[in-house]
Amino acid sequence: VKQSTAVPFWRDVRVLTALSQVAFVLLVIVAGSFLLGNLSTAMRQRGLASGFDFVNLESGFEIGEGLISYRPSDTYGRAIAVGLLNTLLVSVLGIALSTVLGVIVGVARLSSNWLVSCMAAVYVEIIRNTPLLVQLIFIYFGVFLALPPVADSLEFSGIAFASRRGLFLPRPMPSATFDLWLALIGVGVAAALIVWFVLSRRPATRRTYWPVGLALAVLLLAVAGGWFLVGSPPLTWEVPVKERYNFAGGIPMSPEFSAVLFGLVLYTAGFIAEVVRGGIQAVRPGQVEAARALGLDEPRILQLVIFPQAMRVIVPPLTSQYLNLAKNSSLAIAIGFPDVFSVGSTVANQTGQPVPVIVLIMATYLAMSLITSLLMNLYNRHVQVLEK
Amino acid sequence: MVMAPHDDLAPPVASIGVIGWLRKNLFSNWFNSILSLVSLWFLVTVGGDFVRWAIMGAKWSVVYTNLRLFMVGPYPPDQVWRVWLVLASVCLVFGMAGGVFGGTIRQFAVALAATLAGLALLPFELVGRGWLLGNVVVLVVGYSVARGRESLRPWLVLLSLATFAASILLLQGFEGNSIMPAVSTSQWGGLLLTFVLTVVSIVVSFPLGVLLALGRRSQLVTVRWFSIAYIEVVRGVPLITILYMTQIMLPLFLPGDVRIDSVVRAMAGMTFFTAAYTAENVRGGLQAVPGGQAEAANALGLSNILTTLLIVLPQALRMVIPASVGQFISLFKDTTLVLIVGLLDLLSVGRSVLAQPESMGLQTEVYLFVAAVFFVFSYAMSYASYRLESALGVGKR
Repeated sequence: VKQSTAVPFWRDVRVLTALSQVAFVLLVIVAGSFLLGNLSTAMRQRGLASGFDFVNLESGFEIGEGLISYRPSDTYGRAIAVGLLNTLLVSVLGIALSTVLGVIVGVARLSSNWLVSCMAAVYVEIIRNTPLLVQLIFIYFGVFLALPPVADSLEFSGIAFASRRGLFLPRPMPSATFDLWLALIGVGVAAALIVWFVLSRRPATRRTYWPVGLALAVLLLAVAGGWFLVGSPPLTWEVPVKERYNFAGGIPMSPEFSAVLFGLVLYTAGFIAEVVRGGIQAVRPGQVEAARALGLDEPRILQLVIFPQAMRVIVPPLTSQYLNLAKNSSLAIAIGFPDVFSVGSTVANQTGQPVPVIVLIMATYLAMSLITSLLMNLYNRHVQVLEK
Repeated sequence: MVMAPHDDLAPPVASIGVIGWLRKNLFSNWFNSILSLVSLWFLVTVGGDFVRWAIMGAKWSVVYTNLRLFMVGPYPPDQVWRVWLVLASVCLVFGMAGGVFGGTIRQFAVALAATLAGLALLPFELVGRGWLLGNVVVLVVGYSVARGRESLRPWLVLLSLATFAASILLLQGFEGNSIMPAVSTSQWGGLLLTFVLTVVSIVVSFPLGVLLALGRRSQLVTVRWFSIAYIEVVRGVPLITILYMTQIMLPLFLPGDVRIDSVVRAMAGMTFFTAAYTAENVRGGLQAVPGGQAEAANALGLSNILTTLLIVLPQALRMVIPASVGQFISLFKDTTLVLIVGLLDLLSVGRSVLAQPESMGLQTEVYLFVAAVFFVFSYAMSYASYRLESALGVGKR
């Protein structure tokens, strides 16, 4: 007997699914149009314009520092570009430096030396349990603005200076033999790559064990030979010179930039240290014991056994720390460093167009986040491929 | 086989005691020895300078004279008893929780009582010390009433929610009331504002976050994409842009006759922001619930909604507790960002104190005090989270 399997439509899962989706979309549309309706009414009442025409208008305000030239007669678009470049500069430098410091602190926390691991732990706990904004403001007002004036600025072996005007570092300048050196080093790198490539393709017998070490030795040899042949260094250092009110030459770092950079690096390094520690501790002790039993020495255990396995655990949380650093650079507004958010809010105030400006800034940060996580995901895939 | 007891050889002198400890932990090889000496030198020079400054050079009186500002900001001084009353209710809940749950929470109740009693010993004005001692009494009473009464557990959750609502009402007061006149949120400040912002954001964002997490795992495509878009956009932008947006754009989005002040706007911004992060935490918890649980519930005839509500969510939320404490800590620290949109939280009170002519040049003292306050609370919470993690056995299965 054929039973009727007909289900009434109000109990049919497919119909219910479709209906609830339609209801949800309708709800979103109604809520969205209510909000947008209010927005356009409010903007009309207050005389706020929409659209992005403002980017071509003359800005008329000063920006403290930037990588590209900028005058108040330039456009708002160029002002935002200056801010964006400042954000990128702080983020890239910050990511590089905080990775170095974070790895050092993370390894120090695991050190068998009691004093070192204690100091690393205290550093990490203090950094992680106080707000970044407090740290930034403290570093800016309590450290960089509290430095002595230019006349009695602090000297670091006569080549770097710190004063209320900021930090002044020596700048590398290409010397007359720079091009010759470039060619030499190019040859050295090529030779080293060939050595590395050939050695790492051969089966790993005892003799061909150090592809990286031998390649580095070749490179070093090329550089040493170059020194012998050329007889003068490729770079000279332009040392900042103290003048009456400020320093001239060298790499000037304004107090704002230095404070943002130092603050972000110190803060993020505390978090990266924990990530690194977690990654190293995630490698099971049996792995190290087995490596020791096979006769590997400690540096090679670190390089061949611990590091590749720890990287798998480290890379995903490290990515989010990098993203956090880029996003946290927006706090620079509190100490007057002209990053993209700070410049953006000035633009919003001046043009009276907060809506498009804030949309533009959020889109910028979103794009930065997406690009960073894309790159880190690629690297992550490269690291994870090692898995069986 | 019976082993005959015999006299143990004493361990070599160089491997036990102070010398042994030093050798093992500081001077095990030449590299470690150098490291130890360098660290010791660093500690003695920098740490010594700091301690000398903190005891002799620092003018901590700037903190002492402005303590009320740091704690409650511009809250009217004659209404501060309401803040004390809120603290008393928190003490009551804490004491009762310590009595019912024991363990870490009891430790915290004890620590809270000890801190309050210790503060009461400092030479503050008499009223403040009276309140501090009174709060200790309230805490002890709560503890002794609730001690060992397991049946109070569900009531305690309700009580803490009620305390939360009552505290907000108490702080806000009532229009035209002579005993408790209205204190607009623009007069809330200092540590009080920091805490109110944190607690309100976390409480309100939690249900939103759970909904978003469920939405992200939903079978319904539109709901799923909406949730993903919300979560990823919010997580991709800095908190300050969201705060800025709610400060400037929220009034534009609302109908013209609805007015909300800047503290509520900041709360809204922090809530929207936290909801996305809570959603990711909850999603982690949902994924950790074994699939068999939902299948078994379905096999027993529970509908999808009931399965989620009765089977999956309770297990997931339990696993989310430690991550939520972490979220709470970072939110607590992030409330300092309201300084940028012009609210008077603990940090911005510090800045306005520094603007007084008599506290010129005392940045270090003020900012160190602010940092220390944040540190004490964050460290206590992260300790609690660590203990909770081991108590709940999360990650160990």
